[in-house]
Amino acid sequence: MTKLTVRDLQVELDKKLIVSNIHIDVSVGQWICIIGPNGAGKSSLLKSLAGIIPSTGEILIDGSNVRELSERDRACWIAYVAQEPVMPAGMRVFDYVLLGRTAHLKMLATESPKDLEIAQYVISELDLDAFTDRDVATLSGGERQRVAIARALTQASPIILLDEPTTALDVGYQQEVLELIDKLRKQKKIAVISTMHDLTVSGLYPDRLMLLAEGKVVASGSAETVLTTENIAKHYGAKVTVIDHESGPVVIPERHK
Amino acid sequence: MRTVTARKISPLAWMISAVAVLLTFTLGISIGAVSLPPLTVWSEISSHVFGSSSDSTSSESTIIWQLRLPRVLLAFVVGSMLASAGCAYQGTFRNPLADPYLLGVSAGAGLGATIAIFNGSSSSRILLPLAAFVGALGAVLITYSLGRSAIAGRSSTALILAGVAVASLLTAIQTLLQQQNTDKIREIYAWVLGRLSTSGWNDLAIITPYIFFCIIVLLRYRRVLDVFAVGDEEALTMGLPVARARAAIIVAASLGTAAAVAVTGLIGFVGIIVPHILRLIVGNSYRILLPLSVIYGGVFLVFADIFARTFLAPQEISIGVVTALLGAPFFLFVLGSSKNGSVT
Repeated sequence: MTKLTVRDLQVELDKKLIVSNIHIDVSVGQWICIIGPNGAGKSSLLKSLAGIIPSTGEILIDGSNVRELSERDRACWIAYVAQEPVMPAGMRVFDYVLLGRTAHLKMLATESPKDLEIAQYVISELDLDAFTDRDVATLSGGERQRVAIARALTQASPIILLDEPTTALDVGYQQEVLELIDKLRKQKKIAVISTMHDLTVSGLYPDRLMLLAEGKVVASGSAETVLTTENIAKHYGAKVTVIDHESGPVVIPERHK
Repeated sequence: MRTVTARKISPLAWMISAVAVLLTFTLGISIGAVSLPPLTVWSEISSHVFGSSSDSTSSESTIIWQLRLPRVLLAFVVGSMLASAGCAYQGTFRNPLADPYLLGVSAGAGLGATIAIFNGSSSSRILLPLAAFVGALGAVLITYSLGRSAIAGRSSTALILAGVAVASLLTAIQTLLQQQNTDKIREIYAWVLGRLSTSGWNDLAIITPYIFFCIIVLLRYRRVLDVFAVGDEEALTMGLPVARARAAIIVAASLGTAAAVAVTGLIGFVGIIVPHILRLIVGNSYRILLPLSVIYGGVFLVFADIFARTFLAPQEISIGVVTALLGAPFFLFVLGSSKNGSVT
């Protein structure tokens, strides 16, 4: 069972402390969601785990240090889907998904039939067959997310980082994408760390929530313990009512009198 | 399940390209002050290559073998290099306007070559490409770091503006040097305008190994250039060593450009015109774009040279002037059609 352990992670950008004292434990099959107000450092935390921005502290996979890995080896363990993945104009969905095999290829190699097969398999699995030849730049928001997730799955890493996978989507697409992530992490034994904007939605699928405020974890645990009226008032400065619903806590903003 | 393959050049495109190359060489050798029938051209070449008998006269033989063929080959090799360097720069900088000329690479190579000529290196012409290379690489590094810090590497126009500034500066230094060494100004001036009139096979022999090597390296990076299309951050998380890959591509493209520029002088815009026309026809995948740029860059420059030789015959127009006359308006067209001057 692959396990990601983060100890005392700290991110500094331009000598300004962005996040600090972060501890994360996540095993394959689990989903951890990072929530928090704008500017709390959610995206920076995810990017530091992906290796895009520098950080200090321990990042271990099954006890071995991720920082000592080459770009390729790291990518074999950790895949990342950006908040708004770049969709290069003129690139077919198939070629975009196939880019996910980069981590498994020597830099100057080209894809083997097996790589093509894996990309094709993931595309079918995500019901994207009809899109194979479409130009990625012409896809809608929901389609883009699915295609980007397909690319991350083609990378075949046991850990996937998703930066606000549903923010740009309407409720229908949101549900579709989240159901997909939930199914995949259970079926394929993938550890998911995501950030999310919508508090009610963040309580639906993930196993645990981490509330980040001003770069520090101020609450973590189940949705019921994190999504409380007090926490949201204190860290978001918002007046809300939290209703217990069978699917999870429902956060309703109140109108000022 | 339908089988889909990765992007590659279709057999039809290969066939069309083969015909285009044959046609280019035939016309390039046939057309000139003395017009030669295509059949004579090929029987002469085959007599040299395969030792078959040729029906051409000895003067025809000299024109073909000592004048036209080396010139056409030089134009082809240089065109291939400039177009594939432009194509590679465009991929790694994610900028459809990147070109060796506009990034200051050519001006840097020019300065290096000028310094070499002033120090009497024109006799030892092995050193000239090396001096030009150092200048080219220095220029592209300055351009890239300026363009990057200006707007955090997000704007494609910042890079081009930096390139224009660097090119102006280096050209000014080059002019300053010229004025202090007026005895060699004619040699330098002819060089700056670009020229393909050569001393037979010598120039070709000097630069071909460099260019051949650089084109092979760039071709091997064609898949990596497609990975660059998603941007540095995502490319990195997919396992591409972004900095190392970019450095290798820049070195190969700059070395090749420097070798070409060292012999032919400044020939601009080939690296924009050729890849961009190809983009309109075959799309944006560098797996297709890069090999076709090698082929059609050569074709383009041979035709530009035919035009330069014949338009005002017997006078010859500098090849650099011809490509600039075609390229500058084309550059504005590309600038206008790329949305807000931004990437892709």
